[in-house]
Amino acid sequence: MNISKVSGKNTKHKVLVYALSTCVWCKLTKQFLNDNNIQYEFVDVDLADEKDKEKIHETIQNKGGMLSYPTIIVDENIVINGFRKDKLTEVLEI
Amino acid sequence: MITLDQVRRRAEADAKTYGYYLTPQPELLQGFIEGLKTNEDRYGYPVCPCRLASGVYDYDRDIICPCDYRDPDVAQYGSCYCRLYVNKEVYESKNLPEVPERRPIEKQQRAYGTQATATEKTPTQGEEKKQPAQASKQQPTVKKKLWYCKQCGYVVFREDPPYICPICKAKKEMFAKIESAIEFNG
Repeated sequence: MNISKVSGKNTKHKVLVYALSTCVWCKLTKQFLNDNNIQYEFVDVDLADEKDKEKIHETIQNKGGMLSYPTIIVDENIVINGFRKDKLTEVLEI
Repeated sequence: MITLDQVRRRAEADAKTYGYYLTPQPELLQGFIEGLKTNEDRYGYPVCPCRLASGVYDYDRDIICPCDYRDPDVAQYGSCYCRLYVNKEVYESKNLPEVPERRPIEKQQRAYGTQATATEKTPTQGEEKKQPAQASKQQPTVKKKLWYCKQCGYVVFREDPPYICPICKAKKEMFAKIESAIEFNG
């Protein structure tokens, strides 16, 4: 799977963003993480191949998330659906 | 290839027709227009930039912008799922609401290869044409039916009736299936 890494000074949490390359809210999420110097990984799901899409589908659903974008997975168990600054601030302790 | 300006003008015209406004935040609007253009270039139709498309027209038909869910979402929340189309109140207040996904999960799942065995690749020169490994050659289709609006008579041929009749604005419940039968006598 093509996972892109964005380095940042804040590495307190493991952050993975499932995004769409066409989605404005996904771009804003990435921008928010960049602005707060958070280290994170992301996958643009619309550009992934069919096998990876299936894996992502399984991962999100196993963690109890919805199939909406962006979906942010923090420390492999906290799922945030949508660009929610308040939730991100709280979970990432910004 | 469609231009950004054409996508924007099409959205503006559609908003005007239905009495909606486009999102009041210019940078968001620009992002939506770019996303729609990318999807139209990629799939051949302007599928919602905030949702994952399957690339199969029949599967994505309900999320081609303006999507099937826009009218009920604007009526209930003041905005569509993406927040591209908003009502006057939201436009003036500039407070964009949270809009939950109304699209049924079964339809969302079609984009994950679980049902969509689509995206048939035409083999390029020199590339051997592979035999379908899991007999997944057939083009996925949905079962379409004829529906008519009991209020105005509008007829549509699709998987589900629309949430709101595009002609008379009657609700989904006003749609009934048209059953047809052919009898042979003699």
